[in-house]
Amino acid sequence: MIQTRPDRRAALGLLAGAAASGLSACSGANDGVTRLRFWAMGNEGDHVGDLIPEFERRNPGVKVQIQIVPWTAAHEKLLTSYAGDSLPDVSQIGNTWVAELSAIGALSPTPTAARDLLTDQFPAVLDTNAVDGRAMATPWYVDTRLLFYRADLLARAGWDQMPTTWADWKRAMHAVKRAAGQGNYAILLPINEFEQLLTFGLQVDEPLLVDQATRGNFASPGFVAALAFYKSLFDEGLAPVASNTQISNVWTEFARGYFSFYMSGPWNVGEFRRRLPPQTRWMTAGVPGPTGPGASAPGGSSLAVFKSSPNQEAAWALVRYLLEPGVQAEFARITGDLPARRSAWSTPSVANDPYLKAFEAQLARAEAVPKAPEWERIVTEMQIVAERMVRGEYTPEAAGAEIDRRADRLLEKRRWMLERGRTT
Amino acid sequence: MTDAPAAAAAAAAFAKPARRHGMGRRERAAWGFVAPALIAIAIFFVIPVVSALLLSLTDFDIYALADLDNLRFVGLRNYEQLLSNPLFWGAMKNTLWFSVLGVPLSIAASLAAAVILNARVVKWRPIWRVMFFAPYVTTLVATAVVWRYLLHTRYGVINWALQSVGLPAVDWLGQPETSIPAILMFVVWKIFGYNMLIFLAVLQTVPDDLYEAARIDGAGPWKQFRHVTLPAIAPTLLLVSIISVAGFFQLFAEPYVMTQGGPAQSTVTVLYFMYEEGFKWWNLGSASAVAFILFLCIFAVTMVQLWAARRMGAET
Repeated sequence: MIQTRPDRRAALGLLAGAAASGLSACSGANDGVTRLRFWAMGNEGDHVGDLIPEFERRNPGVKVQIQIVPWTAAHEKLLTSYAGDSLPDVSQIGNTWVAELSAIGALSPTPTAARDLLTDQFPAVLDTNAVDGRAMATPWYVDTRLLFYRADLLARAGWDQMPTTWADWKRAMHAVKRAAGQGNYAILLPINEFEQLLTFGLQVDEPLLVDQATRGNFASPGFVAALAFYKSLFDEGLAPVASNTQISNVWTEFARGYFSFYMSGPWNVGEFRRRLPPQTRWMTAGVPGPTGPGASAPGGSSLAVFKSSPNQEAAWALVRYLLEPGVQAEFARITGDLPARRSAWSTPSVANDPYLKAFEAQLARAEAVPKAPEWERIVTEMQIVAERMVRGEYTPEAAGAEIDRRADRLLEKRRWMLERGRTT
Repeated sequence: MTDAPAAAAAAAAFAKPARRHGMGRRERAAWGFVAPALIAIAIFFVIPVVSALLLSLTDFDIYALADLDNLRFVGLRNYEQLLSNPLFWGAMKNTLWFSVLGVPLSIAASLAAAVILNARVVKWRPIWRVMFFAPYVTTLVATAVVWRYLLHTRYGVINWALQSVGLPAVDWLGQPETSIPAILMFVVWKIFGYNMLIFLAVLQTVPDDLYEAARIDGAGPWKQFRHVTLPAIAPTLLLVSIISVAGFFQLFAEPYVMTQGGPAQSTVTVLYFMYEEGFKWWNLGSASAVAFILFLCIFAVTMVQLWAARRMGAET
């Protein structure tokens, strides 16, 4: 694919290079020091710098230049710099971008020498980072969504334990709604967020996309059951028909008992701890599935080395360093992120946190989302249809068919490419 | 303006002898003089516009970015899909709201400022002019950040003022109903200085005798404004309104910096939609199609404005 790349990028590169040659000449590239450009986002970008001095001490001759990129601009910036041939050497990337960045040939696959970095990891997260069985990026930290619930209200409703199947969970929700009193609900499913429905969809047996991820499979009996379950939560008055902008403060509403179940990720553990009044008893638990503990989508960020980088060796050394279990544990301590290496989970700060226990089990049950570059657009469309279904425009069967129709339209190009053997 | 026919006659008189001898040379010289401008226009305007038009007929996307062989000619399909996309229509609606509210508001603000500054009683006029014009030349992103503080729900000075007179605080940038007015406040504050300068310049050309005559006939300030000022500045008003409409239709940076299109996509404008289509999803074909639809819209609105102005006799 790289060899057949036409001259457009070369021409762009020439233009850009002519403009940049003056600049790169003054950056002192000839002093024998390898300067690694490393992009990191948000919270990770703010804190990863603390770990770099040790890396530079161990690797004399390598200097790491961290560029903090805001999450809101990160995806665009990566693609734009690919087009402009100015990608860094290493970057943090969202797990769900791997397929897209691989499709354009930007990523450098994990070399044989770095295979050991893929051990001691969560399989579903690794799967998210692999395209055609080849690891394209290395998981750095992980997250997944599970349930935050009001343990006190659940106990008052007569449930000592969090149920593990959809049917039991729904009975528990009815009981909790009664216990919470007039005007309150059991669960908050923001109507403009796709993650909750996607989680239910991942719990059924059928894959979400079929034919090498070129066709939607949302009309399958399994996904229709997920749609029906999702819809029933609204129809039976267990969830308010509200978008996330209509709930101004999730934590106050949770403390007030407006809802007792909330699906979110590890980033919210600290917030719940800080913002909820101490008398509110809450806990985290795995998401119930149709017949037993259910799956959830693996999230988090990976470290990607770009093919365009002339400093492959130093770049992989940095990735290797950041994945050392000791460094991972330290990083978890300073950022609150959950480590990708499973051995780092035995660090006291992670292991002794009762709220984090459920995450490890949930991550072990995680299920990778389909790896088509169009995936993000497909789930966006899925949620638009699901919202209309909740508002009564579609039955679950009709909604499944409608999502398929929209997904197939978005995947049309991908089918054409596969037919001509242009992508995998 | 009465000079125009005379000038045309003079030009014709000049052109006549040229036609007899050495017309080729004169014409060449003329072309030589306009060539630099024409070349610049061709390189930076005509070629990009034509390429964008061609691009809008293809499915240039992330795959084509990796390999140009993955580019397909799709005819008008991008346009068809856009017209059936509810988010596009939402962006159209938001843009219309911005224009319908913003254009009259900004023109009224700049005209009011210009009329006040033009009044004889105002002292230190240059200072006022600079103060009113300053927002226009400051960096947009920096001022947007300041305005985000002003509009902050709990700590913002605007809500503080509202509360001090007993009104409830407003979550300006957090609710779909107030996000457009909140951004409009900022936009009008930012741009009214520019139009004010244009109005000020033309107000100074209105002869004083007209006001004097009106005063003698017993016209008060409002009647003077209505029957002397407005007719005198009508052509400028038309120009400013056309520029403003084009500007408001292309609103992008303000919502991008202040709300990122939120809440609930209530501040996604057509240009913001185009940006997302192009640089978030990398569908450059479809993004180019948005650009052309936007062009057609602005063109149509300008035509309507010109037609209305002709009906009202503003154009001279």
